Amino acid sequence: MTDKIIELKNVTFRYDENQEKPTLNNISFHVKHREWLSIIGHNGSGKSTTVRLIDGLLEAESGQILIEGHKLSEDNVWDIRHRISMVFQNPDNQFVGATVEDDVAFGLENKGIPLKEMREHVAEALNLVGMSDFKTREPARLSGGQKQRVAIAGAVAMHPNIIILDEATSMLDPEGRLELIGTIQKIREQYGMTVISITHDLDEVTLSDRVLVMKNGQIESSSSPRELFSRGDELLDLGLDIPFTSTIIKALRKIGFTFDNRYLLEKELEDKLWALISKK
Amino acid sequence: MNNLILGRYIPGDSLVHRLDPRSKLLSMLIFIIVVFWANNVLTNLLMLVFTMILVFLSHVKISFFLKGLRPMIGLILFTTLFQVLFTQNGHVLFHLWIIKITDSGIGQAALIFMRFVLIIIFSTLLTLTTTPLSLADAVESLLKPLEPLKVPVHEIGLMLSLSLRFVPTLMDDTTRIMNAQRARGVDFGEGNLIRKIKSIIPILIPLFASSFKRADALATAMEARGYQGGAGRSKYRLLKWTYKDSLAIVGICLLGFILFLLKK
Repeated sequence: MTDKIIELKNVTFRYDENQEKPTLNNISFHVKHREWLSIIGHNGSGKSTTVRLIDGLLEAESGQILIEGHKLSEDNVWDIRHRISMVFQNPDNQFVGATVEDDVAFGLENKGIPLKEMREHVAEALNLVGMSDFKTREPARLSGGQKQRVAIAGAVAMHPNIIILDEATSMLDPEGRLELIGTIQKIREQYGMTVISITHDLDEVTLSDRVLVMKNGQIESSSSPRELFSRGDELLDLGLDIPFTSTIIKALRKIGFTFDNRYLLEKELEDKLWALISKK
Repeated sequence: MNNLILGRYIPGDSLVHRLDPRSKLLSMLIFIIVVFWANNVLTNLLMLVFTMILVFLSHVKISFFLKGLRPMIGLILFTTLFQVLFTQNGHVLFHLWIIKITDSGIGQAALIFMRFVLIIIFSTLLTLTTTPLSLADAVESLLKPLEPLKVPVHEIGLMLSLSLRFVPTLMDDTTRIMNAQRARGVDFGEGNLIRKIKSIIPILIPLFASSFKRADALATAMEARGYQGGAGRSKYRLLKWTYKDSLAIVGICLLGFILFLLKK
């Protein structure tokens, strides 16, 4: 198999035929095996459309989409969907089952997995996200973060090769968000999955291997998180916050400290500050 | 809406709780027919004893059943009163102007009263000991024989369980929209009937719109999770029919048989 698990070649898409500017304009990129790819960009830049195309929920006007070497077409779209799990933004609207375990089992039921195996997968997935104690609860009695964890359990139970997070953490509080990112990272290490995540969250971007920036339906750049963060104030234009260390560096510059334009991790900034202070 | 006991599930682990929802639902249907065969003192007593035994077996407090009766009490008294006043045949017990109370009138009234009470207690028993979810499963499973007649059984079951799952979500939506509209100065429940009805529109339209949005997002999520309709699916939730369920059905059929023999 090639190293590229997903590949998009010259994909163009419009929601409406009469749309003058296409939602996605001739984009090409690939995702490597076991890579954690973040896609960032302003609202309306085409991020969600891109991942929906990958899952076959939308059909491209032109261009090719290859998943694990197979060209996505009407014949194999269900097959491919079983290998890709998606988690969406609103936890309420993607909760299909009447209770937690029913919801986790929904995808497995669709696949026609026998009951015994299904029970094992459900228990395993719920354990992984730490929701085993809640398995008979109804969605109305869960918090937003818990519902989103159930959605992730439902995605993981399918044992997919690829997991796509479409702003899955955007409706959670900072604590729930961190917890969820931690869970995803754990799952990724355990199963060696490829993760594509659409996000506006800095922590998620920091954890990823590569960041794809989208702008007006086109790929603006593809870089490592570190390279991206070195772009400084530009980040705001791309729909991201300024990292904490960059804010501090900016404030320190004003009072006479000198730094080069590189992005620093918290630990690196700490070391640098110690070095500066001990020199004086 | 909080004092509505009908359709409220009380968790428990009694014999009645553990019965298969299908057998409970079937028993309910049979019971409603059987109730109309009870038309003398003996048969009514038998029905009452039978129901009371079940109530006792369910370990649910009797006060819950009384609460279930409370919203209906007006209707029950109203109907029994009519029976007393408008049954004109039989031995006259009391006569004043056009009011004539007869012994058969009182008998008739007592009969109607018993029927109401028995049916309400029995249906309350069903909903108190069965989760709405398993009731939906039971309906789907009982409709299965209709599948060859092109009845979309799987779709009905899915719709039922999805709507049950979304009831609390939509209730939350309604409260939120109401509060949001109140904050913008809409007065609910004020003024005359026409104004009251008009004030519902600012709740209804946003609720419709948000329901469409939810439906769309849900459909996308279901499709992304590989939902292709009923064919080729396995089931996670299985109903288990035990000898106790057969026993329950036999029991209620036996009751019906005895009543059929004893009825006038």
